[in-house]
Amino acid sequence: MNRLLIAALLITASIAYPFEIRIDRGVDTLAPIAIVPFRIYENAVDITPIVNSDLSSSGQFRPIDDANMLSLPSTANEVVYHDWRVLRVDYVVVGSVFVDGLGLLVAEFEVIDVNQERVLRTAQVKGNVEDPRSLAHHVSDEVFRAMTGIPGAFSTRVAYVLVENRTQVDERHTLMIADFDGERETPILISDQPILSPAWSADGKQLAYVSFEAGSSAIHIINLETGQSRVLANFEGINSAPAFSPDGAHIAMVLSRDGNPDIYTIEVASNVIRRITNHRAIDTEPVWDLNGANLIFTSDRGGSPQIYRVNVDSLQVSRLTFDGSYNARPRVMPDNTHFIFVHRSGSGFHIAWRDLAGNRAARILSSNVLDESPSVAPNGVMMMYSTKSNRRGILSIVSVSGEVEYKLTSTAGDVIEPAWSPYLPLTTTFVER
Amino acid sequence: MVALLAANYNLRRALGELKYGETYMSHLKNGAWIALLLVCGLLTACASQTGCGTPEEEPMVVDERPAVPEPEPVPEPVVEEVPDFMELPDGTVVAIDSDGSVIRSVFNFEFDESEIGSGDFRVLQQHAARLNRNRDQSVAIDGHCDERGTREYNLALGERRAMAVQDFLLANGVRPSQMSARSFGEERPVDTGSDEAAWAKNRRVELKYE
Repeated sequence: MNRLLIAALLITASIAYPFEIRIDRGVDTLAPIAIVPFRIYENAVDITPIVNSDLSSSGQFRPIDDANMLSLPSTANEVVYHDWRVLRVDYVVVGSVFVDGLGLLVAEFEVIDVNQERVLRTAQVKGNVEDPRSLAHHVSDEVFRAMTGIPGAFSTRVAYVLVENRTQVDERHTLMIADFDGERETPILISDQPILSPAWSADGKQLAYVSFEAGSSAIHIINLETGQSRVLANFEGINSAPAFSPDGAHIAMVLSRDGNPDIYTIEVASNVIRRITNHRAIDTEPVWDLNGANLIFTSDRGGSPQIYRVNVDSLQVSRLTFDGSYNARPRVMPDNTHFIFVHRSGSGFHIAWRDLAGNRAARILSSNVLDESPSVAPNGVMMMYSTKSNRRGILSIVSVSGEVEYKLTSTAGDVIEPAWSPYLPLTTTFVER
Repeated sequence: MVALLAANYNLRRALGELKYGETYMSHLKNGAWIALLLVCGLLTACASQTGCGTPEEEPMVVDERPAVPEPEPVPEPVVEEVPDFMELPDGTVVAIDSDGSVIRSVFNFEFDESEIGSGDFRVLQQHAARLNRNRDQSVAIDGHCDERGTREYNLALGERRAMAVQDFLLANGVRPSQMSARSFGEERPVDTGSDEAAWAKNRRVELKYE
């Protein structure tokens, strides 16, 4: 077993910074905002660039350049509205960063609506002085919520697989977890065999994945707090595509032990396995809807891969997609009424979005040729997928509104199979004032 | 004896073509032929205990299938001087043809398909013949896909391809205990390019002798 387990998940320092972020397409219709450089007191660290980058990546806002600002206030009292109206800015964010009497790093900030001349939020986020990045993401979450009413998802993380030296003798597959923007990449598992299908538990404490360490596919679960892992399914044939139920009690998965790939569920506490589909076609890629009543999955029972829904009690199956010859790997949106999936069009494989009721036509969210593995942020505002660019597997973040796209390019190898985490327990605290 | 072997060889070829000329959806119907062959295998095993036959001889198949096309002349499959398998310097084991050349062990497929190409039947039958003569020899049947489409679906598709080859070998006399079908989906390409030529190479089943 060529395997190294690294259980250093709570570290605050970065191991590597392999990603470069760049804007792929920007649109002028985004709301202009001003994130005024925070006032930085003694021993404190500037977090403004991270807040700036977070809000840009949301696909809702376009932060203006510092150089264009006519004044640099750090409190709402110092804001001269005229200075921001001439710049046509909708919102201004001001603040400061300092170390308090208890030795905590504190970001104090205010979000101001320029058009209404009103302070929307005055708040503090406190955290460890060693971890300004977590503090910055938490500030971004709250600024985003003040401006949109939607919780920010900038404190979330992404699991994915880095593949190095594919087809070479030193081929290496690493299961990674990083911040949603690719920073603070942390290896979880390293193998000379493929690793696939990372899937988060709803509480963010466990990760299920598929590895080939035993020579063929097997499903494992790793506890991210202890670093301990166990085999969940290693039957004859395929063991793949794990998906935790919203309440964490069950995991849906694909087994071919009874002849060909079908959907099964396993009760985590008892290991009792239940067969959900029974069809001689390929049934795979199950995912739960948000109330855990249905599984949405891919099947080629109709002659080509299409997306279906099965009720886990009645086992009744209904088909959800009809357009095109290839619709697969669905992921349910947090509103529980839409889903994103891989759709093949004349120009290639793209990520598409449509409603579960089948009322509206699919909307295409990505424009490359080999797009796959879509995963949505828990607030439903952004999604991430993997694609290929210049012979290299890369990740891309796109706003679900479809207006802004960022590519995360690793310098080390192919990055595949992104899985966006749920909201995670935070190490920083928020105080509204 | 030689004539009987040749007839049987041809018969299996005919059976193989019958089975794999059809689509995947007709598996149930084909299952009947597999069952028939298994019955014949049992009868043959009984016969060999009495010392009057080898596992290669399955005369009952001939009785059951009077409508088989007239046998064509085929090369005698058993050649004493050449071994059936050989270990290469890098440790891999390959099947050897009667002229000493390595028998092709990679079989390609169309996109999202698992039907064995008719041009591969004869080569697969050569593998089957060697596995039938060497019951201790086992083979891993590895299914692979190109990078297009989703990874988990491709894992299933790779297994379907491997199963198609396993079923073919089974129908040609190889024992289930000699074979293990596996899938690596799109995770083990032979060509990392993103063009038709690379994809065509990557959609494959590989026979790996162990």
